[in-house]
Amino acid sequence: MESLIGLLVGFPLLGAAVLLCGGKRLDRTGHWLGVLLAGASFVVGAVLFSDMLGKNADERALHQHLFSWVPVESFQADVAFQLDQLAMTFVLLITGVGTLIHIYSVGYMEHDERRRRFFGYLNLFLAAMLLLVLADNYLLLYVGWEGVGLASYLLIGFWQHKPSAAVAAKKAFLVNRVGDAGLAIAIFLMFTTFGSFAFAPVLSNATEGGEGKLTAIGLVLLLAACGKSAQVPLQSWLGDAMEGPTPVSALIHAATMVTAGVYLITRSGAIFNAAPDAQTAVVVVGAVTLLFGAIVGCAKDDIKKALAGSTMSQIGYMVLAAGLGPIGYAFAIMHLVTHGFFKAGLFLGAGSVMHGMNDEVDMRKYGGLRKYMPVTFVTFGLGYLAIIGFPGLSGFFSKDQIIEAAFAKGGTQGWILGAVTLLGAAITAYYMTRVMLMTFFGDERWRRPGQESAEPHPHESPRSMTVPMIVLAFGSVFAGGLFKVGDSFVHWLEPVTQFEHGHSPLSASVVTGATVVTMLIGVGAAWLQYGRRPVPVTAPRGSLLTRAARRDLLQDDINDIALVKPGEYLTRGLVYVDNKVVDGVVNGTAATFGGLSGRTRRLQNGFVRSYAVSMFGGAAVLVAATLLMRAV
Amino acid sequence: MSPVNYVYLAALLFTIGAVGVLVRRNAIVVFMCVELMLNAANLTLVAFSRIHGNLDGQIMAFFVMVVAAAEVVVGLAIIVMVYRSRHSASVDDASLMKL
Repeated sequence: MESLIGLLVGFPLLGAAVLLCGGKRLDRTGHWLGVLLAGASFVVGAVLFSDMLGKNADERALHQHLFSWVPVESFQADVAFQLDQLAMTFVLLITGVGTLIHIYSVGYMEHDERRRRFFGYLNLFLAAMLLLVLADNYLLLYVGWEGVGLASYLLIGFWQHKPSAAVAAKKAFLVNRVGDAGLAIAIFLMFTTFGSFAFAPVLSNATEGGEGKLTAIGLVLLLAACGKSAQVPLQSWLGDAMEGPTPVSALIHAATMVTAGVYLITRSGAIFNAAPDAQTAVVVVGAVTLLFGAIVGCAKDDIKKALAGSTMSQIGYMVLAAGLGPIGYAFAIMHLVTHGFFKAGLFLGAGSVMHGMNDEVDMRKYGGLRKYMPVTFVTFGLGYLAIIGFPGLSGFFSKDQIIEAAFAKGGTQGWILGAVTLLGAAITAYYMTRVMLMTFFGDERWRRPGQESAEPHPHESPRSMTVPMIVLAFGSVFAGGLFKVGDSFVHWLEPVTQFEHGHSPLSASVVTGATVVTMLIGVGAAWLQYGRRPVPVTAPRGSLLTRAARRDLLQDDINDIALVKPGEYLTRGLVYVDNKVVDGVVNGTAATFGGLSGRTRRLQNGFVRSYAVSMFGGAAVLVAATLLMRAV
Repeated sequence: MSPVNYVYLAALLFTIGAVGVLVRRNAIVVFMCVELMLNAANLTLVAFSRIHGNLDGQIMAFFVMVVAAAEVVVGLAIIVMVYRSRHSASVDDASLMKL
């Protein structure tokens, strides 16, 4: 069984290699090869999963050592995989949701002439993400981590002819780079502290590292997670990343990329458990991002950007839960999986809406689409109910658990976190209801009286797009309940992440009740504003907060003032110094010698007799000097 | 007659040769003046050989003669070639070796 692990990464990697190097002859069939290999990876994952289920909880982890990468005395870097329950969960999510997105892309990218390349990049994305979650040491994880960054760059900038897409890709790559530096430093620190960077020695000896060092490692790991998972303060790339094709957004937000940060924190749980200060930082980042993303999501009129804000907020929930320690890890991963289902469904639904609306993204120009796109409406609607935490659907179970765990943190912190998560739930309900109402209900604002020919003709998407949406809708409805039955998911992960029952000051039923009530308040508020009254086609000016939220709460302005401008001034200063001082010295020296040699050159006049004069002169001087020396 | 007088004669010949090299333009004459200077030097060597009463200077003079003969061959060949290519034996006309 161990030998199958390599295939999980190998299949999509092979697909990427074949599709990217295969050339034009694969243009007609290449996309099916991409789907096939992603699916093959999922099948291998499923086989390994069924095998794993048949074993005892303690014997489930599988290891595969492929080869020694850098064997140098005390520095042993191996290419080795570790498939435990946590990795297995991610493998199934990545390959399962990833395959569905591949199938969807076949229809979505049908008219794109670079479709083969697109599937190559998608396969590369899966391979990198699988490498990230399967690695058994931090260095190999880092390879996958960088691979994910590369693939996201290629895919966000896939429509590179649009300057906005090219800039967005560059932005995503650069912001991620900051986080990557954090992970690199974390690996350095681990090596100096523990003499290794493999999971087993680092995590089992974590407590021997000393709290100061562990806090430092935890904080740089958090920085890394912030970059990949778009948490404050490295969140600014996520909104712009919507420039990529919609399936890419679905892939980034559901199965790959943004989940990597949560994985990293959960995987390094042993380090965070021994460093309470770092844990507090994680919780704060999660709580801030949770509200930040939710507020941004409320103000966006671009359907994809509203969903992007929502992703940021939901990942905030996961990071917050992961920061709570053993009472939260399992719930973070559980929310990650359910979120993977409903967010992929929502994004694919949004893509389907755009597909039928001539790529219009402004929700103010939608309205009343439920009649024209019934399948999209139902699947998007189920995803919507799941994300707002409607009782009985996936999101309800996973989010409710996180809110409960937040209260169980204890003390004032517990109350604050509980309140923040509840508030987040209300805002989530508000902005998602807004998206739902603006898109599928209300007046048909896309009608243009007088110029019917310019109107879009909303229509249902082809089968290849609707089937993945239906499958994901099933996941959005049932996954949470399935995980909740007998706490099966928590017990599944327990050997890896540990689990403690949090002792909440409020009873579980009170928290659940509060969650449902806040959710209903959010839905009601949105209905009052967008359901009862007609939605204006041009956005009203809005309050100060709305305008700030439309600009992503000034994230770009802050980055501009704090980082870009000083950087620009520094560059200009350095260029000035380089031009004037460094070049001045070099040019001055050259000019001096140039002038001198110009003068000296005149001596070379080509006349033999003048050379003869100098020779005689020289000889005379030598003779005179000799005589003089003798005289002295 | 004191052998020192030969040294004076040699100095005179050398000076004539040197002045000739510097002031004359005709390459043949310049060449002859070079020969004059060589022979002045030879004369000095022989004179000092006589003054000091050993043969070192005379042996040296033979070497100089051999070298001078070889030099005449090469030098005259160069002058002939220069004359053929630019129809002039003036040293000032061959002044291309400059910037």
